[in-house]
Amino acid sequence: MSVHANPTSPHFKDNAHKALGDPQLQQAMGKLRIGFTAARAASAARLPEFEALRDSARDIKNHTLANLDLYLEAYEKKVVEAGGHVHYARDAAEARKIILDICKEKGAKTVAKGKSMISEEIALNEALDAAGVRPIETDLGEYIIQLRGEIPSHIIGPAVHLTKDQIEAEFRKAHTHLDKDRNLEEPTSLLAEARGVLREKFLSADIGLTGANFLIAETGSSVIVTNEGNGDLSQTLAKTHIVIASLEKIVPTLEDASQLLRVLARSATGQELSVYTTFSTGPRRDGDPDGPQDYHVVLLDNGRTSMIGTEFQEMLRCIRCGACMNHCPVYHAVGGHAYGWVYPGPMGAVLTPSLIGVEKGGLLPNASTFCGRCEAVCPMRIPLPKMMRHWREREFERHLTPSVQRAGLGAWAFFARRPALYRLATRIGMGALGFMGRNKGRFSKLPFASGWTQMRDFPAPEGETFQAQWKRERGGR
Amino acid sequence: MSARDEIFASLRRSLHVSGAEGPRRAAAESRLRENPRGVVPQRGNLPRAERIALFKRMAESAFASVSIVENARAVPAEAARWLRDNNLPATLRRGADERLADMPWRETAVAVSEGASDGHDLNGVSHAFGAVAESGTLVMTSGADNPTTLNFLPDNHIVVLSADDLAGDYESIFDWLRARYGKGMMPRALNWITGPSRSADIAQTMLLGAHGPRKLHIVIVDEGTGLL
Ligand code: SF4
Repeated sequence: MSVHANPTSPHFKDNAHKALGDPQLQQAMGKLRIGFTAARAASAARLPEFEALRDSARDIKNHTLANLDLYLEAYEKKVVEAGGHVHYARDAAEARKIILDICKEKGAKTVAKGKSMISEEIALNEALDAAGVRPIETDLGEYIIQLRGEIPSHIIGPAVHLTKDQIEAEFRKAHTHLDKDRNLEEPTSLLAEARGVLREKFLSADIGLTGANFLIAETGSSVIVTNEGNGDLSQTLAKTHIVIASLEKIVPTLEDASQLLRVLARSATGQELSVYTTFSTGPRRDGDPDGPQDYHVVLLDNGRTSMIGTEFQEMLRCIRCGACMNHCPVYHAVGGHAYGWVYPGPMGAVLTPSLIGVEKGGLLPNASTFCGRCEAVCPMRIPLPKMMRHWREREFERHLTPSVQRAGLGAWAFFARRPALYRLATRIGMGALGFMGRNKGRFSKLPFASGWTQMRDFPAPEGETFQAQWKRERGGR
Repeated sequence: MSARDEIFASLRRSLHVSGAEGPRRAAAESRLRENPRGVVPQRGNLPRAERIALFKRMAESAFASVSIVENARAVPAEAARWLRDNNLPATLRRGADERLADMPWRETAVAVSEGASDGHDLNGVSHAFGAVAESGTLVMTSGADNPTTLNFLPDNHIVVLSADDLAGDYESIFDWLRARYGKGMMPRALNWITGPSRSADIAQTMLLGAHGPRKLHIVIVDEGTGLL
């Protein structure tokens, strides 16, 4: 059974154990912790208003969530005025059914998909496959993990856990129609091959399905942000465009969207803006030579409306930039798959128990050193460590069995006791706390550079030491 | 109860509201009506010449190339030069935009065809609605004048931008869009483009030319102050 239906989150410790002993994963993760973090720091430092924009972004989402019913109504009205359709889905099964019904009505055989975490959340690909409709992931990272039958290991870089050689092997296995002696030494040749293979699929797909980074109430627009252009090809070339989004993606106005866009790419990849930011409003109009003939939006709740008014409401401000995992020592050490379900890293540790239940996801909030870096870099100023603590309190309240409880604390202790990780976490934590107490926008004074240079020398965990500790851990249980 | 009704009911239960409260409605309606600006970075708030220079710098840092010409009649020669310098065939596909149609393409060796792209055009040329200096971003609107497919399918994309349409920030573009399409209205597709297509999904190495254009060349028509 797949991870979608059967999360491995309850086995976080085992997953982490395996991840630490996986040399290819460790090689891939080593790259990530240097690249993303340096890029974000540099990009934030270039913009004097960055900290003020984070405040503004937080306030916009707080205002929107407090009035979400009203903005949803306004959004729906504008979509319908533009000739689009809005569907509501209480849960994953309902969302899948709505999409399958549209596919059936259109007689669709293939769906070209832009990257969508909500599509992962509702396990759409399996449902499409089962109904005889072929889902084609077109984001390069998503395409690679689809070939491997995996889920994303990172919300913006689904295949960050893989090395170039692993991807080459996958392409040779899948693209059997190509010359088997072809040279795929250079990463560019892999990119060119994927571009060629997917281009034909874009042109022949019946339905284009994308997620949405934002939905704008003022205009009824859905917004996607990509670097590849795959989302745009998916939604422009097919006859039908389906947008699948969770309902907290709403923002009131275009101006509100641009506030969030200004912090999104900078926090994610350190770009000033991603290459393509596209606002789509309804289907093709009179005189339009291209664009979809039908435009559908599927709005998913899946437990989110019940998070409002609880201590987890602030999680709904998340714009899925990935900064929290890019800066998380635990994520760096074990990668995304160890978290066992769709959302990894600190944001996943908070969101997963909300979406799949504390029984299955309850261990994840322990996968933290409480160093505070995630909160320090979250553009939406989401208090992630505080919410992880809330989950741990809830575990007590729910009177989970003592053994599960102990396993939970054990997972935390495991990270806290790894001396290298712990030292690193404390060092970073102190830097982060110091930063939070300082004047806004003084990135030049951050100990980023030294922190991350030292990180380069941080040795990958050694199997033997780990084993020894692991034994001690188990013995102590 | 329909899914819609149940979701709204759950939402209002969590928010402890009925949805009918006057002050809430007034606050939301006023935000939608007034579309207040948030924090607008000062970076792009520059006199014309410096704004153009900033745009050029930002677009180049996103791996686009940028040329400035003195008038629209000089665009075809610049496009031909760029195609030649990049060893590309002298072909271009464009939409119905009159500003492009009026340019003296016949004075060059470039064969220009018209219409949306079916995926078999190597090179496309479009006219931008506007651009934003803050991030070096082009703003494209859908329609027969500049079909959306030309922004994504051709391998190489040339975009013509009038310097008069270069804004400092995104918020100015929103005002211009409202002036053109009406408050609350949008073109079917509004594409912001910042550099050529790219991906970092293979071993976290940034490579240009993922699914969209591999190369993006911007020709700014500056009939203004003679700054070059
Ligand atoms: S929690 Fe914050 S940092 Fe993490 S993905 Fe969401 S917005 Fe980004």
